[in-house]
Amino acid sequence: MIEVAGLSKSYGPTLAVSDVSFEVRKGEVLGFLGPNGAGKTTTMRVITGYLPPSKGKVLVAGYDVVEEPLEAKRRTGYLPEAPPIYPDMTVVEYLSFVARIKGVPRKEIKMRVGEVSEKCAITDVQRRQTGKLSKGYRQRVGLAQALIHNPEVLILDEPTAGLDPKQIIETRELIRRLAGQHTIVLSTHILPEVSKTCERVIVINQGKVVAVGAPAELTHRLQGYETVLITVQGPAGEVMEKLRRVGGVHMVEPRDTADSRTTFEVHAEKGQDVRAELARAVVEARWNLLELKTSGLSLEDIFLKLTTEDLSEESGVGSQKSEVGRQ
Amino acid sequence: MRNVLAVAGKELRHYFHSPIAYLVMTVYAGLCGFFFYSFTATYVMQSFRMQAMGGMGAPPMSLNEYIIRPLLAGVLTVVLLLLLPLITMRLYAEEKRSGTIELLLTSPLTDMQIILGKFLGALALYAMIVAMTFLYISLLFIYGNPQARPLIAQALGILLYGAALLALGMWFSTFTKNQIVAGAISLAVFLLLFVFDWVTAYESGTVSRVIAYMSLTTHFENFSKGVIDLSDVVFYLSVAALGVFLTARSVEALKGRG
Repeated sequence: MIEVAGLSKSYGPTLAVSDVSFEVRKGEVLGFLGPNGAGKTTTMRVITGYLPPSKGKVLVAGYDVVEEPLEAKRRTGYLPEAPPIYPDMTVVEYLSFVARIKGVPRKEIKMRVGEVSEKCAITDVQRRQTGKLSKGYRQRVGLAQALIHNPEVLILDEPTAGLDPKQIIETRELIRRLAGQHTIVLSTHILPEVSKTCERVIVINQGKVVAVGAPAELTHRLQGYETVLITVQGPAGEVMEKLRRVGGVHMVEPRDTADSRTTFEVHAEKGQDVRAELARAVVEARWNLLELKTSGLSLEDIFLKLTTEDLSEESGVGSQKSEVGRQ
Repeated sequence: MRNVLAVAGKELRHYFHSPIAYLVMTVYAGLCGFFFYSFTATYVMQSFRMQAMGGMGAPPMSLNEYIIRPLLAGVLTVVLLLLLPLITMRLYAEEKRSGTIELLLTSPLTDMQIILGKFLGALALYAMIVAMTFLYISLLFIYGNPQARPLIAQALGILLYGAALLALGMWFSTFTKNQIVAGAISLAVFLLLFVFDWVTAYESGTVSRVIAYMSLTTHFENFSKGVIDLSDVVFYLSVAALGVFLTARSVEALKGRG
């Protein structure tokens, strides 16, 4: 449903997202996990067609967001980090306006507004001005706005940021209900958030994808491995076999293949430096060792940077955020 | 077109939901009323004096020449300095500040539909406001008999003059998140365009003629006399088109920067 291939985005000299590729299947809920400033919002903005990519291709429901932006946008609902409301409009006025610009046929607008209001539990505030609503209601109006044209793809940027615990639970339930009918991509910097809502997670740090997998899988991998990247010129299958037999190695996964070169991700037990052993194994087999390095930041380091939910609720990170949003 | 109208309707709604529309209308009605009163009073005084001096054979003073033309000259100034910056400053700046620009730019609308929608919304409010001028002028028809024909040219002129400046003001509004900054830039540039024809007072070369040609008020001369000159129409429409074009470029650049 969404295909991102080799996406890079730079703002002047700074590279915000670098060579990110992933796919989202129809009906899937994908979590985008990463610390603040990792490039989550930038990636989402490219998918929604708000920002043009510097390099790479993004397809939404088969439409290239650069070549056929209108078709792609028609199929995308987007909730930015701050709900894009016009404070002087009432909820009904606002949703009707969004329905019009999203191309909902005139006859269906009233019905759609009613439907999404029901879904997002905002029927009781329909006649109120959006600017006077509480943060939680505003977030739900934002979600209703994203749903109004019944898009195939939903992009939600930090949908629970700045909400209180009760609202967070409600929002998560709502997202889970929407899963299946829509393909959802949501971003968060809160670790437990993904395990509660997402089927698959992409961990992103400093503009690069550092891990992909189901939440359980990722936590498993967190249990304590050192990761080494090794590039070898030689028969991929045999190399992998050989590497696997090196003492202390836990798992070997091919990452990249170009010509006869293959890059492997080698997980070793914690506290063991297997680099020397790996190098010897490759050289002894008379293959060419092209590159050998520890992968910059381990998953664990990145996860440490992520806020855990308890922290965010107690230390008031969440409430600070909402204050900034209100200014 | 449906999309353009949706955006235009939204813009109009913002004006009437906020105090801007009412503030601008009130101030305009007040100022315009004062101008009208002053010029009418002067006219009455002068025509009495003419009669007293025994100018029986001379034709009566023209209402068009002595009241409507100076009134419109005053209107142009007020429009320029007060109305237009207030109308245009929020167009893009406010959307950028509140983040709603993301909603517009991720909706299945082309940039041009958004720009034209905003432009039409602003133009509609402007038209409603300047229409009040003609309410005052219609009083003249009750108590006198001015010529009605020139009014068509004058109304068209005011509309075109506003359209040109609105498009430029919209462009300035894309520069910043801050409405006040956008308004200040508009005010400064409009003033400069207003006084450009002063150069003809002390220069007569080609350069000065070109600069004077860019003055927005010189092109209103013919309209105020009741003459529709195609070159003036083209001038205002070109400036409006230029403003729309520059806005489109600016919105494009905005996306690159995020």
